[in-house]
Amino acid sequence: MNAPAITMDVRRFGQTTAVVDIRGEVTAACEPVLMSAYEAAGGPATSRLVLNFGGLEYMNSGGIGMLVTLLVRANRQRQQLAAYGLSEHYREIFELTRLDEAITIYDNEESALHGVVK
Amino acid sequence: MAETAGPDKVATAEQIGLSAREAAAPPRDAAQTAPPRDVGQAAPPRDSASWARKVDRLEVDHRSGVRGTNVAGRRLTGPVQGFGKMWQKTYRMDAGSRITPEQAIATWREHFPEFWPKGNRFAGALTGINPGDVALLDLSIGGGVKLSTGVFVLYADAESFTLMTPQGHMFAGWITFSAQREGDTTTVQAQVLMRANDPLYEVAMTLGGHRKEDKFWAATLTALGRRLGLPDPKVETRSTCVDSKRQWRHSRNVWHNSMVRSVLQTISAPLVGLSRLVRGMNSSTNG
Repeated sequence: MNAPAITMDVRRFGQTTAVVDIRGEVTAACEPVLMSAYEAAGGPATSRLVLNFGGLEYMNSGGIGMLVTLLVRANRQRQQLAAYGLSEHYREIFELTRLDEAITIYDNEESALHGVVK
Repeated sequence: MAETAGPDKVATAEQIGLSAREAAAPPRDAAQTAPPRDVGQAAPPRDSASWARKVDRLEVDHRSGVRGTNVAGRRLTGPVQGFGKMWQKTYRMDAGSRITPEQAIATWREHFPEFWPKGNRFAGALTGINPGDVALLDLSIGGGVKLSTGVFVLYADAESFTLMTPQGHMFAGWITFSAQREGDTTTVQAQVLMRANDPLYEVAMTLGGHRKEDKFWAATLTALGRRLGLPDPKVETRSTCVDSKRQWRHSRNVWHNSMVRSVLQTISAPLVGLSRLVRGMNSSTNG
């Protein structure tokens, strides 16, 4: 299996919120990278995890499956999962797979950080 | 020194008996035709041709050989919308070194219904598996009853394709069929990410449904393996409970349960046929 073409950097906003900047290709192969980022972002005090898809270049169905797995882990820790930076194409994929019913999509970072309605 | 069979040692199409279309399966991404675009317009993502267009409710055409009920007007359901525990089940087969992942997936996409175990029907588009297609299913559930439901082709590229289920299906989720090169060999797999759609299905899955599903996909992969020329295909099954919690807020999914509806449709079929006959006779008399 090829190494995943993706980077995920974590930025913290106070004690309770973290943003994961996703750049590259989201496929099933990047699960270790995403889970490492989740470990770094999802400490016990984190209640809100924001995924920034502004640098997303490619995503297949394996990538969507991996996001569902991440969602389960976040729910287990009672953490909210939010997303922003999705292009129209990827926003439609979230809607098609009905992932948008569990991961709230925002237009920009500011609204995602504060949970302001889309 | 042992000779290794890398990609350059892959057998020709003639050697493994592939059709012209399967043999012509292009490498990943080359299969996707990029639409022409204006200068200055942002390039579409290279996965754009692989995903189905967004749909709110499924529309279906008539397909012969299946009942075709319980699909039209239904919404798609992912693992988020399901009721039961979430499972990830993986069925893997070593397809050997002679075939490429692209050839394996092309064969699977083109002949998908032919690999299903006897007694089950998959009525898809004549062109094979393509993003946005809806296929109608009649699944054998015993006692002469067929469970009528369907699937939606969510994603398809040269190395994988994914089917998503509608409301009323046994499970809410998707199945991804993929192939990849691992060292010298090609591995083919079906991976299910699912929750039972409602409490009735959850009970049914616990009381033998999971075992039946495991047998179903193992038999499917074995049939694919034989088509690919494997003398003795072996399928490895791995199940992981991703989330042991049940989502009680989705218990009302039972309203759409296709198993219950299929049983009722089977029982009422003679009456429905009779009433149609009477209506037809009346209208011809009146006309």
